[in-house]
Amino acid sequence: MKQILYAVSLLDCPSLKAISKIGGLHQMLGLHGYSFAAVPRDSLLCLPNCDGTNKIGASFETPCGRMLIKSAEYMKMISSLKPNIWASLADEVPAWTSEKRNRTSVDRTVQWLDDCIALDPADGGAVFGAIVGGSSVGERSRCAQEVSRRNVSGYWIGGFGLGESMDERPALLNAVTDVLPEEKPRQICGIGLPEEVLQGVAAGIDLFDSTYIYHLTLGGFALTFQMDRSKEHVPSYQLSKIGSDNAKINLRATIYRKDTSPIVDGCSCYTCQNHTRAYINHLLNVHEMLAQILLEIHNTHHYLGFFRLIREAIKEGKFELFCQKFIQTRRGHLVEAAVCA
Amino acid sequence: MALCFEVLSRFNRARAAQLTLPHFVCQTPLFMPVGTQGTIKGLTTNQLEEIGCQIVLGNTYHLALRPTSELIDELGGLHKFMNWPRALLTDSGGFQMVSLLHLADITEEGVTFQSPVDGKPMLLTPEESIQIQNRIGADIIMALDDVVKTTITGPRIEEAMYRTLRWIDRCIAAHKRPSEQNLFGIVQGGLDPVLRDKCVRGLVHRNLPGYAIGGLAGGEDKDSFWRVVAQCTAALPEDKPRYVMGVGYPLDIVVCSALGADMYDCVYPTRTARFGTALIPEGVLKLKHTAMADDVRPIDPTCNCMVCKNYTRAYIHCLVTKDAMGSQLLSYHNLYYMMKLGRDLHTSIIQGCFPEFVCGFLQKMFPKGDVPEWVCNAMEVAGIDISSCCAPFSSS
Repeated sequence: MKQILYAVSLLDCPSLKAISKIGGLHQMLGLHGYSFAAVPRDSLLCLPNCDGTNKIGASFETPCGRMLIKSAEYMKMISSLKPNIWASLADEVPAWTSEKRNRTSVDRTVQWLDDCIALDPADGGAVFGAIVGGSSVGERSRCAQEVSRRNVSGYWIGGFGLGESMDERPALLNAVTDVLPEEKPRQICGIGLPEEVLQGVAAGIDLFDSTYIYHLTLGGFALTFQMDRSKEHVPSYQLSKIGSDNAKINLRATIYRKDTSPIVDGCSCYTCQNHTRAYINHLLNVHEMLAQILLEIHNTHHYLGFFRLIREAIKEGKFELFCQKFIQTRRGHLVEAAVCA
Repeated sequence: MALCFEVLSRFNRARAAQLTLPHFVCQTPLFMPVGTQGTIKGLTTNQLEEIGCQIVLGNTYHLALRPTSELIDELGGLHKFMNWPRALLTDSGGFQMVSLLHLADITEEGVTFQSPVDGKPMLLTPEESIQIQNRIGADIIMALDDVVKTTITGPRIEEAMYRTLRWIDRCIAAHKRPSEQNLFGIVQGGLDPVLRDKCVRGLVHRNLPGYAIGGLAGGEDKDSFWRVVAQCTAALPEDKPRYVMGVGYPLDIVVCSALGADMYDCVYPTRTARFGTALIPEGVLKLKHTAMADDVRPIDPTCNCMVCKNYTRAYIHCLVTKDAMGSQLLSYHNLYYMMKLGRDLHTSIIQGCFPEFVCGFLQKMFPKGDVPEWVCNAMEVAGIDISSCCAPFSSS
């Protein structure tokens, strides 16, 4: 069963009335073989705005301006969309917020979880309780404990990817996951870089969503990091001059003008099976839409493959080794570049 | 000659034929989508095959600029470069120059213009155009012609027609791959029947694999348009394909097919998709319109394309009002519509029910019977009885 995330885009298009008429997300997008998880935050179009959020509702910055969403409105959207999973409304705050504001966000988020559960339609999908707490280990733990007391099917961990550093993250993540029951899934928003994903997995996170792939594609980058665990990766420092590294290549670079190889040799995605780096380089240069389409196909495929490797490594009891090797290879090219500089 | 053209069936002037090209066996009448820069905006080659696309048109001017014909040649030709297994056609590059570059000038030598890259003066000669097209490697290549807008009058039109004939000889001489690529000549002459006739004779004398009717679809009135097409199709040889360049609207394609044309190209279906307009039997549907926001029907309930089978007008309305990528589904649907139109024309001629098809087409598009007069006149010349679709004219 494949999963897709749908950020409850708080824009009026399509209207809730239209979505209900159509029959919900699965009908509207014509993706019947997929599961949908609906969450309040869309890291592209719908960013949490902690200054605007108050006790009435959560505030978001959207292309249509600021919007304030109450629990009742949010639940109306959920019942129109009919997702398989939905996260409760959260008051997400960035890492530099004051202690007082952070505490308030936890209280509010828990209150909204109760509101949402109360308004949950009988045939609604599974609810994931939202957990916040900013950069305070104490608040993170408190929130997780409160939420775990509610009758939820899983947990949606918000407030990450909003300014905290990679170094502080493991402690914050563990503060949450240490408290949560083992048998319920944990989803996190805003964690996208492969190294960050590994951090999340190490802390016990099961589901990830981020805009990592989207931004890569927009920039003309294609993921190339080694997927075959048996091969030794040979780093090349020259690539870093054009923004490429061992994880990705910048297909706008002129070195790819005549490169008739696929993005990744042996990759089974549509793009690599049908097209060359030279062609995509050309499409990027002439600003053709097909460039983004082909890149997105490959990047999604490659990134999902990364998660498959993680699952395999965990099953074989070799996850830590996998992490070490991965990070080593990534940083290898930086070391070389420094040496040769 | 690198093609084989076999007329399978006729109805008066209309013909259903099989056009065998080096890369693909095509059925005509057919529509060729325009893949300007080596891609049809937003669609994969897989999708193009899915909807039944047979020939794709590439623009020589754009491709010569980026990534250059030399690079395409080095990488094995345009088919390989874009991974399109079926047929390709390239235009000469002349039209783009004249329409895109306000400083373009035409002399006997060729088309002089300012390079859009660095402003250097450049010259596109018939020889150069053919060489570029030889490198790109399309199944059909077009002669460089002196194209003049039909809205212009005076001696310029005659000058352009004669020059086109002189240039065709230079194109033929420069063509290095006649056994792999088919050079089509282009009939010019504005709206003047005498000039058009001279041009047809001149080109036919050169015994080319196929002929195009150029210089139309540029703003002339419809009455003049169909008359030129009718005259040319009557005079061009029966056993060679006839390509009306820059056409176009579904209605125009039906009329031209009735008059005996076989091939068409136009940016209309894909361009109008990017503006949120869908092609339907009744005419057009504007998806950006607010009424579409709550409309949960498919674009066309009678259409079997992937878009109409999976998506609602309401959803597409949201996509097209947001960004260019949203038009991708509409491009798919519109091209499916055009491919189907070609298939329907071909099949109805073969099955002997071409007039019924034309009537059905006109009835859906003009339910009140207000078929334009130019269409009625053209159909009369084509020998197609459409009286059942036309409301009686009120006396004016």
